Amino acid sequence: MNDKKMRQSRWIPMISLIIIIVITYASATITEFNFIEGLATIPQALSWIVANLFITQESLEKLPTILVKLNETIFMSIAATTLAAVVSLFLGLMGSKTTKVNNVFSVIARFIASFSRNIPVVAWSLILLISFGQNSITGFLALFVGTLGFLTRAFIESIDEASVSSVEALRATGANYFHIVNKAVIPQSLPQMLSWILFMIETNIRSATLVGILTGTGIGYVFDLYYKTLNYNAVALVTFTIVIAVIVIDLISNRIRKVIL
Amino acid sequence: METTETIKTIDTAYIKRTKNGRINIRSGNKIDLVIKWTIFMLTVLSIMAFFFFDYTGLQLVRAITETAYNLRVMFLEPTLNHFSWGEAFHQIGITVGLGVLATIIGGIIALFLSFMAAENLSKPWISKTVRVVVAFIRAVPTVLWVLIFAIAAGLGSEAAILGMLFHSIAYLVKAFSEAFEEVDPGILEAMRATGSNWWHIVTHGVLPSTFTYLLSWTFLRFEINFGVAVAMGAAAGAGGIGFELFMASGFYFDLREVGFITYAILIIAIVLEVISTRLKDRFFPSSVSN
Amino acid sequence: MTLLQVEGLGKSYESETQVLKNVNFEVKTGEFVSIIGPSGAGKSTLLRCINRMVEINEGRVLFNNLDVGTLKKKELRKLRTDIGMVFQHYNLVPRLTVIENVLHGRFGYKTTMQGILGRFTEEEKEHAFFLLQKLGIEDHAYKRCDQLSGGQQQRVGICRALIQDPKLILCDEPIASLDPNSSKVIMDHLKSITTEMGITCLVNLHQVEVAQDYSDRIIGLKQGEIVFDGMGRLLREEQINHIYGTELRELITV
Repeated sequence: MNDKKMRQSRWIPMISLIIIIVITYASATITEFNFIEGLATIPQALSWIVANLFITQESLEKLPTILVKLNETIFMSIAATTLAAVVSLFLGLMGSKTTKVNNVFSVIARFIASFSRNIPVVAWSLILLISFGQNSITGFLALFVGTLGFLTRAFIESIDEASVSSVEALRATGANYFHIVNKAVIPQSLPQMLSWILFMIETNIRSATLVGILTGTGIGYVFDLYYKTLNYNAVALVTFTIVIAVIVIDLISNRIRKVIL
Repeated sequence: METTETIKTIDTAYIKRTKNGRINIRSGNKIDLVIKWTIFMLTVLSIMAFFFFDYTGLQLVRAITETAYNLRVMFLEPTLNHFSWGEAFHQIGITVGLGVLATIIGGIIALFLSFMAAENLSKPWISKTVRVVVAFIRAVPTVLWVLIFAIAAGLGSEAAILGMLFHSIAYLVKAFSEAFEEVDPGILEAMRATGSNWWHIVTHGVLPSTFTYLLSWTFLRFEINFGVAVAMGAAAGAGGIGFELFMASGFYFDLREVGFITYAILIIAIVLEVISTRLKDRFFPSSVSN
Repeated sequence: MTLLQVEGLGKSYESETQVLKNVNFEVKTGEFVSIIGPSGAGKSTLLRCINRMVEINEGRVLFNNLDVGTLKKKELRKLRTDIGMVFQHYNLVPRLTVIENVLHGRFGYKTTMQGILGRFTEEEKEHAFFLLQKLGIEDHAYKRCDQLSGGQQQRVGICRALIQDPKLILCDEPIASLDPNSSKVIMDHLKSITTEMGITCLVNLHQVEVAQDYSDRIIGLKQGEIVFDGMGRLLREEQINHIYGTELRELITV
């Protein structure tokens, strides 16, 4: 028995390797990807980046415009994440095994979460763009829907992980549903939930750039504008400001996380 | 309550009271304070956000009713108008292929980098450097990497894959190096004691005990990369089903086709999610992955 | 006076396995009763049928002349305020303070609004401190529960049960996760609850010796059936062996 298992586990890496090679080859064929060419473009691309992507005095004059748009993007992702978190909290409570009210709501909550999570943010922004037009609300809603799905799943996990035993104890004391949720479930899982919210804000700033390119809003719009007008120095500046913003927010969230977790 | 008599005998030294003389039951520690402040700040910033927004051309009521109508058309009457079923499969294949290549190539590169990033297999300064570089790479959105490579290297699947590689590598280096760091130090010590060199330790000690983890993480990344590939098709002209989605909604305004494509993406995404949830439950029962 | 009557109680989770079979016993006010038996004998399920944390399939449970199985939601909450419960893994909210966890025991008496606003009267808070002092952990009142040792956490759990002002306390393996010293402290406290405060205790235990030392009466459970019901000193070696199975017994008492 043990011997057989040993032999089996020896074969697994070999078989995986073969499957991976086949899949890679198939993918390269269908996408017309050429490994050699791909490899060759790297030095080319790097030298282009060094030659063109630097910030000049001239591009710095655009900084105020860029910062206004970056500001819009940051606020958009914070607002979308926070609002989505509020709704996700309800969906999470409905969907969690420990705190669900009944099975019907639980299934509905999980369905909404799965639906909004698995349709990519790009699709949401394109769909919303049709009727909402080119403005911040489109981007905000697209981020909101995507975040909703992700946070609901994360919250369900946090709730289930944190509170099964104390929920049982409180039920046994005769506490009702609202007592249990408010005084046992939320205090216990809140730090984990906040950590997910912070993670999502950071992710959303990056997604907001993508959504911005599609919906013509925020920092994505400015990037697209300079990119299409071949103003690469400004492109470099936009990229640089995004990097700074993401890193600063990452540092702040890590600080907060260190204290609360 | 029968105990009202006995209450008077309580040693009150341990009771903390608030200013108005009521008994305090909260500990008032730093954690609660930070949590409260974080929530407060997020609320304030979210409210402020609505003052910074650009509302050009927004007609909220009309937009909502129209979107509701659009969603109904999309999801209840999906059809294909501008391309055939065969073409649809081909485009989906391209998107999946982009995801696969970015994941696998990224995985291989990440494997080597994560040996350098893992603290138990590398020197402190090397692992620090790798981590800083990875943090920087993560801060630049994928779409920017792809667009930058598109001008630098010309359009085509090469630019898309190279651009997508960055985040895949960053993600996998973090996951892989953490997996390596969890390898029982006893195994490494025992192997060092027998005089094995670094390569022996890696190939015979570290890799066999982490192999399934590495595969699962790589698959989890593939799930993400599928979504990224759709996005790159739509926003950076990388082709595939994402590009068709962009064309259907932005050029033809064909809601039924948008619906069809969305369904296609949704189905694949759900299948991938189900598989990766299984993997997660099996290989990392308690850890939360992000 | 009879406080608790269990008549023909049966319970099965899936239709296949019968966890409890025709269980009959009575508990009088002020008694300290232990239920012993190997794991999987149905001890936890039996306890949870009494405050209906699990639904009853067959038979009746009468608590204070109320038929537990037929109670409506509101009446059930009312019933549960009369029955305290102590758990093997303490089941506290780890991030909250000791005093907050103790006060959780008062929720059964609160309306939704009172509970959500966290309004506790000064009397309740003082009573909580009194109980903490009684169990000797008043100096930890403002600590988070996850900073306490297992024995201390179990004492918080007992305080939470006591502040309900219960008539009966159900203890599900209260010392199974504790070292011998803490176990003794906990058992002494439970015993004094019955002798000093007159609160009836029904305790699930693994260890026969502990059960014999502390209880007025022992109920032996094997595969969902009662195989012994009587005073601890009447429990003889063969009966113990019958309950646990001969070989297993040595493993358990070690």
